[in-house]
Amino acid sequence: MAKQHISFSLNGEQIDALVEPRELLVHTLRETLNLTGTHIGCETSHCGVCTVDLNGVSVKSCTVLAMQAHEGEVTTVEGLANGELHAVQQAFIEEHGLQCGFCTPGMLMRAQRLLQENPDPSEEEIRWGMAGNLCRCTGYQNIIKAVQSAAKKLQQEA
Amino acid sequence: MATAEDRVKADIEREDALQGIGCSRKRKEDPRFVQGKGTYVDDVKLPGTLYADLVRSPFAHARIKGINKEKALALPGVHAVLTAEDLKPLNLHWMPTLAGDVQAVLADEKVHMQYQEVAVVIADDRYIAADAVDLVEVEYEALPVLVDPHKALDPDAPILREDAEDKDNVGQGPRKHPNHIFNWQVGDAEATERAFDEAEVTVKQEMYYPRVHPSPLETCGCVASFDKVNGKLDVYITSQAPHVVRTVVSMLSGVPESKVRIVSPDIGGGFGNKVGIYPGYVTAIVASIVIGRPVKWIEDRMEHLSTTAWARDYWMTGELAADKDGRIKGLKVDVLADHGAFNSHAQPTKWPAGFLSICTGSYDIPVAHVNVDGVYTNKSPGGVAYRCSFRVTEAVYVIERMMDVLAQKLGIDKAEIRRRNFVKPEQFPYETCLGWELDSGDYHTALDKVLAAVDYEGLRKEQAEKRAKGELMGIGLVTFTEVVGAGPSKNCDILGVGMFDSAEIRVHPTGSAIARMGTITQGQGHQTTYAQIIASELGIPSEEIQIEEGDTDTAPYGLGTYGSRSTPVGGAATAVAARKIRDKARKIAAHLMEVSEDDVEWDIDRFKVKGVPGQEKTMKEVAWAAYNNVPEGMEMGLEAVDYYDPPNFTYPFGTYLCVVDIDKYTGVVDIRRFYALDDCGTRINPMIIEGQVHGGLNEGFAVAMGQEMPYDEEGNLLGNTFMDYFIPTFVETPHWETDYTVTPSPHHPLGAKGVAESPHVGSIPCFTAAIVDALAHLDVTHVDMPHNAYRVWQTLHELGADKRD
Repeated sequence: MAKQHISFSLNGEQIDALVEPRELLVHTLRETLNLTGTHIGCETSHCGVCTVDLNGVSVKSCTVLAMQAHEGEVTTVEGLANGELHAVQQAFIEEHGLQCGFCTPGMLMRAQRLLQENPDPSEEEIRWGMAGNLCRCTGYQNIIKAVQSAAKKLQQEA
Repeated sequence: MATAEDRVKADIEREDALQGIGCSRKRKEDPRFVQGKGTYVDDVKLPGTLYADLVRSPFAHARIKGINKEKALALPGVHAVLTAEDLKPLNLHWMPTLAGDVQAVLADEKVHMQYQEVAVVIADDRYIAADAVDLVEVEYEALPVLVDPHKALDPDAPILREDAEDKDNVGQGPRKHPNHIFNWQVGDAEATERAFDEAEVTVKQEMYYPRVHPSPLETCGCVASFDKVNGKLDVYITSQAPHVVRTVVSMLSGVPESKVRIVSPDIGGGFGNKVGIYPGYVTAIVASIVIGRPVKWIEDRMEHLSTTAWARDYWMTGELAADKDGRIKGLKVDVLADHGAFNSHAQPTKWPAGFLSICTGSYDIPVAHVNVDGVYTNKSPGGVAYRCSFRVTEAVYVIERMMDVLAQKLGIDKAEIRRRNFVKPEQFPYETCLGWELDSGDYHTALDKVLAAVDYEGLRKEQAEKRAKGELMGIGLVTFTEVVGAGPSKNCDILGVGMFDSAEIRVHPTGSAIARMGTITQGQGHQTTYAQIIASELGIPSEEIQIEEGDTDTAPYGLGTYGSRSTPVGGAATAVAARKIRDKARKIAAHLMEVSEDDVEWDIDRFKVKGVPGQEKTMKEVAWAAYNNVPEGMEMGLEAVDYYDPPNFTYPFGTYLCVVDIDKYTGVVDIRRFYALDDCGTRINPMIIEGQVHGGLNEGFAVAMGQEMPYDEEGNLLGNTFMDYFIPTFVETPHWETDYTVTPSPHHPLGAKGVAESPHVGSIPCFTAAIVDALAHLDVTHVDMPHNAYRVWQTLHELGADKRD
């Protein structure tokens, strides 16, 4: 099938790409645009390692067509740091919120979005707000600590 | 003049600056990972890469009548479709397994399990490859399916492995039926029978340990790149044992081992699943050799759950003989092991049931006997150590369950019965009746600490009050002993290679260092902790030590990371290699200070002349001298390598306690409290240890509360996506409380024992124990996993416990 032209903002930069109509956003990001920080874990929207921001909401890019990003705004883990590490990135390091690192980009993308939706979440709200992102290594406890710590820091900065 | 107090303070500051053993150093891996700069296998991009995808069988047992590739080959962008027929001339249609059996790389005339690899398609991209898979036409003739392992040895059972039908041995001793793989017995059967005959009390319990899958979030895959010009084969692969893979790939492909380079880059979790060699890897390698271009194969989640290595699937019967006071006189364990279609059980060669014979646990048991039969069924092959050391999880499960069964029979408290049977601190090193030498332990202290921390008496009182009100509350208690750090080469090898591990350390002229190990991290933080060991041993700040693993062209040969062996074996190699360097450095320091070596003492990061304050040489100064001013006759340079063959295993232990409340009308289990005390000997990085314990507990929780891989009668795997296969989310996962004691290993250079698997091994029986304990007053002695709400409700319903008044 003929490739289609799409144009979108990726980590603040305007991007043009030719994609197959059936192409998944995660493949466009990883294969065409060489941003391999966004991972693939289950291809059924369960694990969340492919989580990115699309137009201000968390989406699982393994089940979003690249064409759905047309004229939209996409942020990936590569776009999170702005000169210095984002508060969630720093907090994950400080609180030992990652081990193998495979779920981490998706976790971070969800965490930073959650903290925009709810700047001061309780532990319960973090657990429910991040339930779409799986981790096999950490037992989640230190991720929760990291999100809480990042929330505090972001609130102080605000 | 500096006072003594000032000096002590200065020493502490000097030591802290090293960030060595015992400090919670932040991980060196993390800055890359949080910025999306990890390099996992699927991130490896080589120019001209083609993509492999596999045609898989929908049938669990069938004869292949024909394969038609024409339509697939006609699809633009498809380069090749390979079947067993194509691999036969290369003798690559079958491959050896780690257990001495063989496994079909691509199905050879027959399929033995659903999703078995039948053909491989090589195409320009993964979309075209997937399209072409659908175009390959395979004609099957369905055969009778064997799913129930209890029927495997029936006289009229369908014969699965026709290729092995006439073999009286498929790698692990004599067998008695074409579907039989091995029989393994340990211990004194006769003496055990006698103990049971003479016992005042005996108990017996059957239990099934379900088939479960480690399922790391990164699936398996590889990028194989064969350079036809220089004959060199590079393979980037999700492997927990890259050096062993190199040896096997060389043996299989005929490419000299010196021209095979295996790279395990960043690995997105392993948990035992990434130890073995899978058909997908082999097909990608073959395709690259045939086509002469890089070939990438990355499986999807369904393929991962359906075909790569699972764990457990043990039908166990435990029996204890004891006196009326609960003192154990004998143990019997009988197991029927379902290994699936091929015996690709991953364990040291001489251990067909892994370390199951560690099943005497933390207890002083005079006599025991273990009997295991392994059989083939039409299911995926496996039997790996899912976050454990080779069947120690099953061993701990059976003994801990049996302790509770005995306690209930005798009406003795579950903590008390353990205390009465513990190996006592003064008995170490303690040789178990099944031949293990437990190196060290202090089980009483660990138990007492946990009971005090949770107010065990208070919990039992609360439970009694709740029972009186008709509410269900359970307290699970487990006092486990692990066996890790495989292992001594005298009885542990993988395909004939002894299970040593290695470290190679090089100190540069300016005093920084690089070290390479034979292990490979999959999230354990090796870059961080190995550097801490070297920092403490050599006085070089850990920030100045670079750790590398996973590239077989540069790292020394090692057996890899699984079975909690990195710290016990790789960590020991690191310490010993560092000490070799320090010994040489001491000679250089003595030479520089013009004193006898005997007059020189080591102090944190420098050598001092005894009794002469101020006369000293730092390691940094010595490193510089090592490259320009060494004693006569000494070779220059400052480096060492060590291949460490451990004298024994290490035996971490712990006491875990779990408190649950069960809703008797719905079967929903609320894990109110989980308290885990671990003793892993010397603690290298407490932050990382705690993280490993959290993760292990969570994987234990997953296994106990929800994971299973059920098959229907036709051999269809029910539940091979994350829709069905339970991976706990943030929401289900309980809060973990951790604690520790420190009983160093006497034979490990650092006293360290390994930790990451203890929480998995110890927590699983603890969850089961808590659920059974909640029902103990209803005469329940055991309930099989997984304890999801539906299954717990079924138990409650059968007991009539869900009746409303």
